[in-house]
Amino acid sequence: MPKLHQKLERNSIGFTLLILCVASIGGLIEIAPLFTIENTIEKVEGMRPYTPLEQAGRDIYVREGCYACHSQMIRTLRSDIERYGHFSLAAESMYDHPFQWGSKRTGPDLARIGGKYSDTWHVAHLKAPRKVVPGSIMPGYGFLAQQDLKIEHLSDRLKALSRTGVPYSQKQIQDAKTDAQNQADSEAENEDELIEKYGEKLNIRDFDGNPDRLTEMDALVAYLQMLGTLVDPKKTLKRKDC
Amino acid sequence: MNEVVEEFFSLLGLIIMLVIGVLILSSTNEMAYVIHGWLLVLGTCWGGLFIMTHLIEKKQSDKSEYNDEIIKWGIWATFLWGIVGFFFGDLLAWQLAYPSLNGDMSWLNFGRIRPVHTTAVMFGFAGNALMATSFYVVQRTSRARLAGDISPWIIFGGYNLFVLLAVSGYPLGITQSREYAEPEWYADILLLFVWVGYFTIYMRTLARRQEPHIYVANWYYLAFIIVIAMLHIVNNLAVPVSLSLPTSYSLFSGVQDAMTQWWYGHNGAGFLLTAGFLGMLYYFLPKSIERPIYSYRMSIVSFWGITFLYMWVGSHHLHYTALPDWVQFLGMTMSIILLVPSWGSVFNGILTLNGAWDKVRTDPAIRFMLVAILFYGLTTFEGSFMAIRSVNSLSHYTDWTVGHVHAGALGWVAFLTFGTMYKLVPWVWKREGMYSLQLEAWHFWLALLGTLIYVGAMWNSGITQSLMWQTYDANGNFLYSFIDTVDAMHPFFVARAIGGLLYLLGAAIGAYNIFMTVRGPLQTEIPLSQRPIFN
Repeated sequence: MPKLHQKLERNSIGFTLLILCVASIGGLIEIAPLFTIENTIEKVEGMRPYTPLEQAGRDIYVREGCYACHSQMIRTLRSDIERYGHFSLAAESMYDHPFQWGSKRTGPDLARIGGKYSDTWHVAHLKAPRKVVPGSIMPGYGFLAQQDLKIEHLSDRLKALSRTGVPYSQKQIQDAKTDAQNQADSEAENEDELIEKYGEKLNIRDFDGNPDRLTEMDALVAYLQMLGTLVDPKKTLKRKDC
Repeated sequence: MNEVVEEFFSLLGLIIMLVIGVLILSSTNEMAYVIHGWLLVLGTCWGGLFIMTHLIEKKQSDKSEYNDEIIKWGIWATFLWGIVGFFFGDLLAWQLAYPSLNGDMSWLNFGRIRPVHTTAVMFGFAGNALMATSFYVVQRTSRARLAGDISPWIIFGGYNLFVLLAVSGYPLGITQSREYAEPEWYADILLLFVWVGYFTIYMRTLARRQEPHIYVANWYYLAFIIVIAMLHIVNNLAVPVSLSLPTSYSLFSGVQDAMTQWWYGHNGAGFLLTAGFLGMLYYFLPKSIERPIYSYRMSIVSFWGITFLYMWVGSHHLHYTALPDWVQFLGMTMSIILLVPSWGSVFNGILTLNGAWDKVRTDPAIRFMLVAILFYGLTTFEGSFMAIRSVNSLSHYTDWTVGHVHAGALGWVAFLTFGTMYKLVPWVWKREGMYSLQLEAWHFWLALLGTLIYVGAMWNSGITQSLMWQTYDANGNFLYSFIDTVDAMHPFFVARAIGGLLYLLGAAIGAYNIFMTVRGPLQTEIPLSQRPIFN
């Protein structure tokens, strides 16, 4: 064995190739099958791609680095489930590019935060966390309410996502800009059209308490309010058991 | 011939990055993105001018001398990024203790500057330390001058431009938000070119070697270079939205994205922060105490064990999640086995010190190295332990993980770097020794105290918080709301910030000591007859 290795040590290219082979095995065995084994992602009812407004909110979540303190992954542990709700299913993040499961809970998990608090609560809390939750150590995000949401690139964003495999239709991509405006406007008349495109489970309203403007706060709150609301995991699992 | 090929490929890389920079500038009006466009253009123009001057002057390097200039620059870059990284780390620590320090301004908020800290220390500090020492080691162990006269400089410049693009982008909102892979697509392309160049230089230098065998340290450096390339390419596969936006979407989603990311993330720790630094240890420890490595066989077993096993363990970051169980259990099993080759290196290091233990007392640099080995042993044990599912259910999502990372980063990576630098600086600048042994000792004790306070605080806060999350009253209700568990963290957060401050102070003393050493007098000339070849 050491004799053999002494030979190897004399050959830099051979050594390199062997490192490459030995180091590739783990990834090949653990990652590649995740794309081919069918039950890696369970079949569920209700999953849909994000609406343009929700995706814009998600992009803000990504931009601000929220994952550094908030997870979006409820584990199968009792203390997780009782605090945050049903454990997360793989299907629930199937349209997440990138995934935001996180690795640290300096703040609570957000996988099922949608609908737990009112829009007003979210806006007030994001603007001044300690006024709403004394003792909170979260930074304030008041500036989101000051910045207009940039909607001119939303079609490009959806198109890029569709290239990664998110099933957006041509129409959804084309209308991204107006769809975002309509979703944040409770008086818009195109409600039915939005529902037709994105399904029943859709929040259509002004989110940031300032109906005159479409701000980044609108988008982020729209995203937070839909997190974990699409799928009824209990129903899904029961169907599988039958 | 080789020279022409080297110049051609260096220029090609520069031109591609220049084109990307120009395209960015011509298609956007977003401030942060414009800055990055200019950084790319200016950086590549500097590279072009550098090559031109070289071609015009036609300076021939003396092939019988080592190329130590590049190493000197690498040492400065190591300390510069180190201080930046430690400073931001400590700022983040204070923000967690006193949240008003966020200022509620976008560019100063915790979420945006946290990656400034991680990138500056991982890629800036550790990455430059590895690049500089690997260039030193490959020349000495091959007894040959570093290959290429221009490409090492282009590589070094390009690498630091990558780090600059990364850390300047985060506060302005340019990030992929994938841990330790935050830089956007154009920075990733730059790093890819740099890495191919780095690998080429390394292999070409090895090809010139006068020694038939490739020394152990080089195995580790090679593994570091090759595996980082592989991880970087696979994990950064992404679709850019358009040229006019600094945004892209990762090619994979959800569960596959999570697994790929932690395969990358954990092996960033495994190959950048472990394999690369074991390479450093395997050269600088024996060289500094002038004793051979204790066991050649043990180093073979450890090397291949680490290279094989590390790549399996990333899934232990995803216990009890929506990742299929079989991957979780596989990751846990391999994590436990990984302890064997890890401790193989620990014992090999400690036993190498046999016969030179007096130096631990008299030489702070050796003391730094010994403590680094001990922290490596502690961290690898802790890591295997935390990878066990039931332990992980307690440790995950808490400060325990943060403490674990810092035991490795502060105690192992940075201690070894400091110990090595205190030896390397007098060697490359040809000084008698460091400016002040006393300052070295001060640095050592400040760093040790800082690390112990940091890690101790995080163990306590992590376990406390996790237990509070899981505490029920007699009726089966949670005893503590989430915010109660945040309140309980305050004293630990303050302690951690103080520990970090001590560490930063130590590093600043180290930088001063090195600065004074470089300013100090040259070594008295060694007579030619006593000089080994190449020195």
